[in-house]
Amino acid sequence: MIQAEHIQFAYRGMEKVLKNLCLNEEAGHCIAFLGNNGAGKSTFLKCLNRILEPQGGFIAVDGLEIKSSSRAQIARKLAYVEQRTEMSRLTVYDTVLLGRKPHMRFAPAQRDYDITDEAIARMQLGALKLRYIDELSGGELQKVILARALAQQPKVLLLDEPTASLDLRNQHEVMRTVANIAKEDGITAVIVIHDLNLALKYCDRFLMLREGEAFCYGDSGVVNPESIRAVYGVDAAVTELNGERFVMVL
Amino acid sequence: MKEQLQRGGQGYRSFIAGKRLFLVFLLALTALAFLLAIALGSSSVPINRVVSTLFGFGDAKEKVIVLNLRLPRAVTAIIAGFGLGIVGCVMQGILRNPLASASTIGVSQGAAFGAAFAIIALGGGLMSAGSSGMQLSVTSPALTTLCAFAGSMLSTLFIVALSRIRRVTAGTMILAGVALGSLFSAGTTLMEYFADDVRVAAVVYWTFGDLGSTFWKDISVMGAVVLAASVYFACNCWNYNAMQGGEDGAKGLGVNTRRVLILGMVVGSLAASVIVSYIGIINFVGLIAPHLVRKFVGTDYRYLLPASGLAGAMLLLFSDTAARMIAAPIVLPIGAITSVLGAPLFLWIIFKGRWKQ
Repeated sequence: MIQAEHIQFAYRGMEKVLKNLCLNEEAGHCIAFLGNNGAGKSTFLKCLNRILEPQGGFIAVDGLEIKSSSRAQIARKLAYVEQRTEMSRLTVYDTVLLGRKPHMRFAPAQRDYDITDEAIARMQLGALKLRYIDELSGGELQKVILARALAQQPKVLLLDEPTASLDLRNQHEVMRTVANIAKEDGITAVIVIHDLNLALKYCDRFLMLREGEAFCYGDSGVVNPESIRAVYGVDAAVTELNGERFVMVL
Repeated sequence: MKEQLQRGGQGYRSFIAGKRLFLVFLLALTALAFLLAIALGSSSVPINRVVSTLFGFGDAKEKVIVLNLRLPRAVTAIIAGFGLGIVGCVMQGILRNPLASASTIGVSQGAAFGAAFAIIALGGGLMSAGSSGMQLSVTSPALTTLCAFAGSMLSTLFIVALSRIRRVTAGTMILAGVALGSLFSAGTTLMEYFADDVRVAAVVYWTFGDLGSTFWKDISVMGAVVLAASVYFACNCWNYNAMQGGEDGAKGLGVNTRRVLILGMVVGSLAASVIVSYIGIINFVGLIAPHLVRKFVGTDYRYLLPASGLAGAMLLLFSDTAARMIAAPIVLPIGAITSVLGAPLFLWIIFKGRWKQ
């Protein structure tokens, strides 16, 4: 579904931020990008849909070679949920309808309205659809942006710290929704996340980054005391409860 | 009809109908302002006679007042106001700065510099005898217009060139515009410092702004440019909507943000340049108009764009009528009247603090 080979990136005049990163994932998986601040997680995420232009490497999503594709073509395959959405005085409905932007020419067609209605119903935003998004709470806004991403009908969902600044309940609600979307729609979800326990609970694949390089990549087994110490520089224990793994910082 | 019924459900349809109704209301207000602008003045013509004359039934005196004197002025106000309104609306959107307008990014200052150069260095303006004593006039309007246009386009070209050499963001673009505006203002001041009184007065007269100096030929050029800009902006409404959420979010929605930003600035600056070069500096219309209507239509560019245009046209029509009425028969400078309206709005924006988000 998504294949990234030897991705390299450096900001203008700076040292390389990403060094030969690779990612190869099939549909239906939730992949967590883990690592310290500045490890390159968000940069790698933004390279995947060319928000940042990688200086080397190859990316393909569902058969589409990203480097030679137009922005609209990319947006039809990859939806991006930014870390912080700037507020505007658009209604919830119009914001979700924006998700159809890569598919429309000058104006939305009937199919765009139908898909928007579906996304709103699925995210249970019907009661809010005429509210302006600058009046919503953080949790509600995140659901709106997820609905917008759903309306894009992507193959890959890129989420940059989707739970940052959300309360405990909303953190779990957002992550549960993303995991369900990935399973039900056969979408690959790539999530930049700091909370290891949230990642372990809802994701099934993990890429741990250290200084722009992949430290380890695989299933939940790669998140262990050694990798946590190497990547984050803290001592931690990983325990199991009811079949789920938890990280406790010592 | 069936298709319309399915779009977004009953609530959304009513909501959109409300926005459309507001546009119709604005259109009606603009039409009223248009009729009043023609009817009122040092010699008033009743509105019913204005309408009759517009349809070719007026007497000779009414035809002179309505068709020859006030109609070109009112049409100029509509086109220029609409143009400045939509340009301000788009610039505020793509630069994500509620204080962006043609005068903020150096276009107006560039035009003033060009006009000053034409009047002072190329001898385009002097003092002449008029019906109410000595009058200042621009003796070579074509030359002054051309130089004003060249000056304002210099600002635009500089910003575009800058964006090609270095990758500029919306923030750096507006800062570059402010710096360039200061540079042009300094250039104008220096030219005025070394010029004689008559020429300085002619430059000041030009910068006051004047809706009464355009001929139908000029109005057609302005109209064509504003129409072309309107069509271009209308085709990009969804891009502007997407860019409100931030650059990364817009890219994620398939928007080529750099292209939309640069082309929006070029088209907007071009339209503003043409308007300013014909009628002089009209401050605040492009800034105020979008703010006035945003509260009613939100920031959905499908509605904000036409609403800003209509609000701009209405503002300029009312300002021009006020400029002609307040101290009739003297016509006050239109630029001063629009600034009187703009200053309180600036204060309102600052103290309300809504744009800080």
